[in-house]
Amino acid sequence: MKTDSQLKKVLNRGEFAVTAECGPPKGADPEAVRNKGRILKGYVDSVNVTDNQTGVVRLCSLAACALLKQEGLDPVLQMVTRDRNRIALQSDILGASALGIRNILCLSGDHQSFGNQPHSKGVFDIDSVQLVQAVRQMRDRGHIIGGDKLTEPPRLFIGAVANPFADPFKYRVARLATKVDAGAEFIQTQCIYNLNRFKEWMGLVKEYGLDNQVYILGGITPLKSARMAEYMAAQVAGMDIPVEIINRMKSVPAKEQRQEGIRIAVETIEALKEIEGVHGVHIMAIEWEDAVPQIVEEGKLFPRPEV
Amino acid sequence: MITAERKPLSEIKEMIAPYRKILVVGCGSCVAECASGGEKETGLLGSALRMDAKSSKKEIEVKEMTLDRQCVYEFINQLTDVIDQYDVVLSLGCGAGVQAVAGVFPKVHIVPALNTTFIGETKEAGLWVESCRACGDCKLGFFAAVCPVTRCAKGLFNGPCGGSRTDRCEVDPDVPCAWQLIVSRLEEMGRLDLLRKVHPPADWSKQQGKGPRKIHREDQST
Repeated sequence: MKTDSQLKKVLNRGEFAVTAECGPPKGADPEAVRNKGRILKGYVDSVNVTDNQTGVVRLCSLAACALLKQEGLDPVLQMVTRDRNRIALQSDILGASALGIRNILCLSGDHQSFGNQPHSKGVFDIDSVQLVQAVRQMRDRGHIIGGDKLTEPPRLFIGAVANPFADPFKYRVARLATKVDAGAEFIQTQCIYNLNRFKEWMGLVKEYGLDNQVYILGGITPLKSARMAEYMAAQVAGMDIPVEIINRMKSVPAKEQRQEGIRIAVETIEALKEIEGVHGVHIMAIEWEDAVPQIVEEGKLFPRPEV
Repeated sequence: MITAERKPLSEIKEMIAPYRKILVVGCGSCVAECASGGEKETGLLGSALRMDAKSSKKEIEVKEMTLDRQCVYEFINQLTDVIDQYDVVLSLGCGAGVQAVAGVFPKVHIVPALNTTFIGETKEAGLWVESCRACGDCKLGFFAAVCPVTRCAKGLFNGPCGGSRTDRCEVDPDVPCAWQLIVSRLEEMGRLDLLRKVHPPADWSKQQGKGPRKIHREDQST
């Protein structure tokens, strides 16, 4: 259990990292998680497990991470502050480390009103920046919020998210700086379809000197259909899909749209590789994990480095 | 002010169904300002109950009274001489008013006619919005007087979530993103530097740490 984070090793060696997202099932079936892990194994450095994304109840991220660890993958525990107070969060952080999980991604989480428990109480005892700070203090100073000492600190590579496409645009980079100040070591971004805006954001990131302080992994979500593109553009908060992308998806027959979505994803990866300060990609193929191997291969990111 | 909305008549009728003599008590403070429990609304509710009883051929006796403040003993005391003549008190006070009256007259059944909703401001005629959660640790000075605890759906202290777009909150497009307001106001003031600091976890014990809070001031005691 003394192994280090694979993601951290790959990034520290200067390799272009690949992570993918794995959504746990809406049930107690461990095989559903293991099967997704088997599809991704060898094609990615690490696998993010979402934490009840969009406020929908699913098998918990911590358990799914432990299952993926058993399958030989390097899991990234996504942890949102929506559902648990600081007692529960810090307790789960210790538990994750004890189970050999070596990466954590700190988020505030989608608002509970979007999910299947809209009458639940949103906890938000702390926010994502405070969570980053708490994990960093636990790991590096060996104490929890309030100062109590830990008998053994957790060993975690600490991540946070950034959305280059949300407003207020200019402040987005200042917010990233806050996350880095709080202790974030890697950043996974919202899905990138608007490359021009992403480049503009990366320019500001460099102006702040943040590209030298934190690893940035660009978010990639292959589109399954023109309808999905239209839906995401209109309905998903913080999503920026330019009309050219939607038109490109519409321009091919329905049964070829999945392949077109993969082509767009691969082209985006190629473009990201050329942007200074981008250290990898994070592929979020929503309920379409078996698209990841093809994207990684066609994006010329296979085989993954042995470190 | 404390805002409130009147409960549906059906719910009120159900609570007072076992009783014949009903004292309807309004409050002339916050709930009068937000037009839910003042003298006018108390009169309207009394009339509605009388009309309803008449149409359903039920015999009831309804009397209306409005106190200046239902949460202060000196005003509640005005009920002392009359309350014994009634079977139930239907209060149009906020939750504090209902409980204050019940505290003075513990043997009388006091029922609420309002749902107390929030601490807010009158935005325009007929529109009230929530602006304070009474967290007990006001940090408005850091946030350009926009409360992130109340006005950000996720109560974020360290910047906006990833969902705000064109200055609207992802949860409700009718609501402005609190963080968009904070950032643009601080920018206008030339005080964006206030956002460089990482705000540590809040002390919620000041809001709900040990049950109901109290303020006790020696200099105000008699």
